[in-house]
Amino acid sequence: MDIVIIGLLLGGTYALMAVGLQLQYGVARIMNLANGELLIAGAFGAFWLYAGTKASPLLALLFVVPLAFALNWAIYRVLILPLVRRAKSQGKLEVDSILATFGLSFIFIGIMVTFFGAQYTDYSYLSEPIFIFGERYGLNRVVAFLASAVLCAALYLWLHKTRTGLALRAISVNPSAAGLVSINVARASALAFALGGAVTAAGGVLLSMYLTFDASYGVVFTLKALIIVILGGVGDIRGTIVAAFILGLAETAVATLIDPGLTLAAAYVLFMVVLLVRPEGLFGRRTA
Amino acid sequence: MLDVATGEALSAASVSKQFGGLVAVDKMTFTLREKEVLGLIGPNGSGKTTMMNLISGALKPSSGEIRLYGEAINGIGASRVANKGVARTFQLVRMLPAMSVLENVASGGVFGHARRWGRELDDYAHALLRRVGLPNAGNAPISSLTYIDQKRVELARALASDPRVLLLDEWLAGLNPTELKIGIKLIEQLRAEGCTIIIVEHVMHAIRSLCDRCIVMNSGAKIAEGTPAEVLADHGVIRAYLGDENA
Amino acid sequence: MSASEKLPAAGAWLGITLGERRALVASVIIFIAAGFVPLIFGGYVLQVTISIVMYAAFATSWLLFSGPTNYIALSTAAFFGIGMYVTAAGIDLLPYPVLIVASGVAGAAMAAIVGLATLRVSGVYFVIFTLGLAELIRQFMTWGQHVFGTMSGLYVTIDRSEPMYYWQLLLLTAVIYLVGWRIGRSRLGFALRIIGNDEVVAVHCGINTARAKLVLFIISSTFASIIGAVVAPRWGYVEPGVAFNPYLSFQVVIMALLGGTHRLWGPVLGVIPFVLLWELISIEVPSQTTLLLGVCFLLIVYVIPNGFTGLVEDALRRGTSADGTAPGAAQRIFDPLRNLLQRGKNRNA
Repeated sequence: MDIVIIGLLLGGTYALMAVGLQLQYGVARIMNLANGELLIAGAFGAFWLYAGTKASPLLALLFVVPLAFALNWAIYRVLILPLVRRAKSQGKLEVDSILATFGLSFIFIGIMVTFFGAQYTDYSYLSEPIFIFGERYGLNRVVAFLASAVLCAALYLWLHKTRTGLALRAISVNPSAAGLVSINVARASALAFALGGAVTAAGGVLLSMYLTFDASYGVVFTLKALIIVILGGVGDIRGTIVAAFILGLAETAVATLIDPGLTLAAAYVLFMVVLLVRPEGLFGRRTA
Repeated sequence: MLDVATGEALSAASVSKQFGGLVAVDKMTFTLREKEVLGLIGPNGSGKTTMMNLISGALKPSSGEIRLYGEAINGIGASRVANKGVARTFQLVRMLPAMSVLENVASGGVFGHARRWGRELDDYAHALLRRVGLPNAGNAPISSLTYIDQKRVELARALASDPRVLLLDEWLAGLNPTELKIGIKLIEQLRAEGCTIIIVEHVMHAIRSLCDRCIVMNSGAKIAEGTPAEVLADHGVIRAYLGDENA
Repeated sequence: MSASEKLPAAGAWLGITLGERRALVASVIIFIAAGFVPLIFGGYVLQVTISIVMYAAFATSWLLFSGPTNYIALSTAAFFGIGMYVTAAGIDLLPYPVLIVASGVAGAAMAAIVGLATLRVSGVYFVIFTLGLAELIRQFMTWGQHVFGTMSGLYVTIDRSEPMYYWQLLLLTAVIYLVGWRIGRSRLGFALRIIGNDEVVAVHCGINTARAKLVLFIISSTFASIIGAVVAPRWGYVEPGVAFNPYLSFQVVIMALLGGTHRLWGPVLGVIPFVLLWELISIEVPSQTTLLLGVCFLLIVYVIPNGFTGLVEDALRRGTSADGTAPGAAQRIFDPLRNLLQRGKNRNA
């Protein structure tokens, strides 16, 4: 039973970083391999605040989120837009953006190592236990989950109830058609990219409350976020959230029942199942 | 397997294709005889290109069967359909941009129904270029060709595999009057040589002069079949194209 | 058509053209010349050249698959590790030549599994899958070693001199080069070029695109595993964290892209400067190697998308004047060389 609870708690927190990537890949159509590093940057932000002032990481959200938004907006305008303009096909753009964001991820790692060092980092915040159904769980996990749930719900509502949100959803379905109904696709894509980065960094802040991380750990998160997005279906946030829970459960099950060192293997098994059985993901649209 | 009794090159039996709730092709049934030129016409959105895609294997039918000389080819995948002898041109010309004209033509002749290589392939590709009217273009880069010439290259590529059935998907689209004459003459030549062709077209005088038989589609279903003259005078067909007042 | 426009090569299905024969002779000469290096240099210089030859083998075999298909394979480290491990595990059980073959077979088997799962869908999924592959296998190995109680590392003790490693790797690079050249002239190579141009056309030409990509991926990965088998004794001690280092994959990709992916000799042009630069950075500012990797990637994407070979070919093209009458600077350098290498005027008509 506690596998289920922990799995759900973990999955809920993974949801944020996956939704962030969903916005960047599903809407802005950029495969951002630096996604994991943004998450770590958020984690370091929270750590820095806590180590310095013992303030709650939730407060770190107040400065991490806008900073991440601004940073990703800049990345989109400076690095991504030239690629979009010069790409002759979606395939070429994907290759170019993968390489560019990949390079960016290394630069981020280098910068973070310089400022924070290469060692493992963690801090204990709210590590007192809370009792659910008679079992004890870390309060930090629960708080992270709740915060993540609130943010995801807010994002979902925003996407479905506002005009801008509608514009973003339109682009994820068909960018050229969206352009034809006078949605400014370039601007909306930049917004989606920036928002995605901000959401991912927020996820990093929350995850830092109970996970140990180091500057080069980002790639594992990138992989997990990608697998979640693919499992859920590119372009649909509901799928992403559901898939995040599935991964959280699978990972926790494997870690508890088989070995904690095989969490990536659990993710890959899911990945292979998706590729072989249903490449468009749970909620994705099958083409032809 | 040659269906000798009826000389049937291709047959479609109750073929349907659905995309979610949209029925793009609705229980299409027809046969194509050997050496026949069959016209597939209909208003925009009537499912003609979808039908071509179903025959060429690019799409899988939701139901129904397609047979090439008696052998079922629905659902086996486009590359295997090509191996069995179906070649096509595309509505929007698809060239191989980083390869020469000769290589573009040759690409059709290596892996398809006919498999050539070496000197044989080279001679054959050059012969095909002459046949479609581009005798000296072999070493030219694709980017230097005009639109009609690109279409010729695409036709040569399709012919390179010695196809048993040739699918021409709006091959005459986008041509000016002079080019159109040239294009129609080319297809007439193919017809005289005994090629079996399905041609999807909007250019009506081409349909009249080239096709032995015609099938009219509307909203995915067959609404008329017969010679071009019969079909184009049919009230149902006129209504489909032009609306009620003109029937 | 002006002379400054690049003419595509004659069909690959014909016999060797004069230009290709010249290139082949030049390559053979270069390989033989390279073989003399250990006789002249030793110590640190030899170490560096061994690195260069090893990465040349990696990068060229990477190119065999990722060049024509444009699928960026980040799996080199995974296959290298497999080759190392198979060799290390069997070192006391089987003769070394058999282990080299076994490593290749193991690599081929893993490539078949990965390829069957990922090559039927979009290239993006392939890249992601290979990104974590080395890490995934490392996790399995570590877990396996816990479960089965074996020691965390394996010793590979074969007595071999440094020059031997150099020559082995040089020979391997030559073999990879030959295989790549042969594929380029074969139906498979032609099929891959068509796929790289337009996959829809390729399918309608009768090409089984999934199978073509799979075969090539298996060939490319097998070589990476064989390199692992060759290099295992040099490292001496093999353990999961060391054998499955994802950074190897990233470096190989950078070197190949830096050199240029449109020519078989492209990667080598990227390997040499990169290895030298890496050595320099490792000595001067070792903590910034990761940053260097990142900067290189951005450089490749934004400044030199066609790599050094692209730059060289652009320069050669601009060396010819517009109407092709007065020879440009590049031609004035290369023409005498061309005349020297010419072996007669017969061209395959």
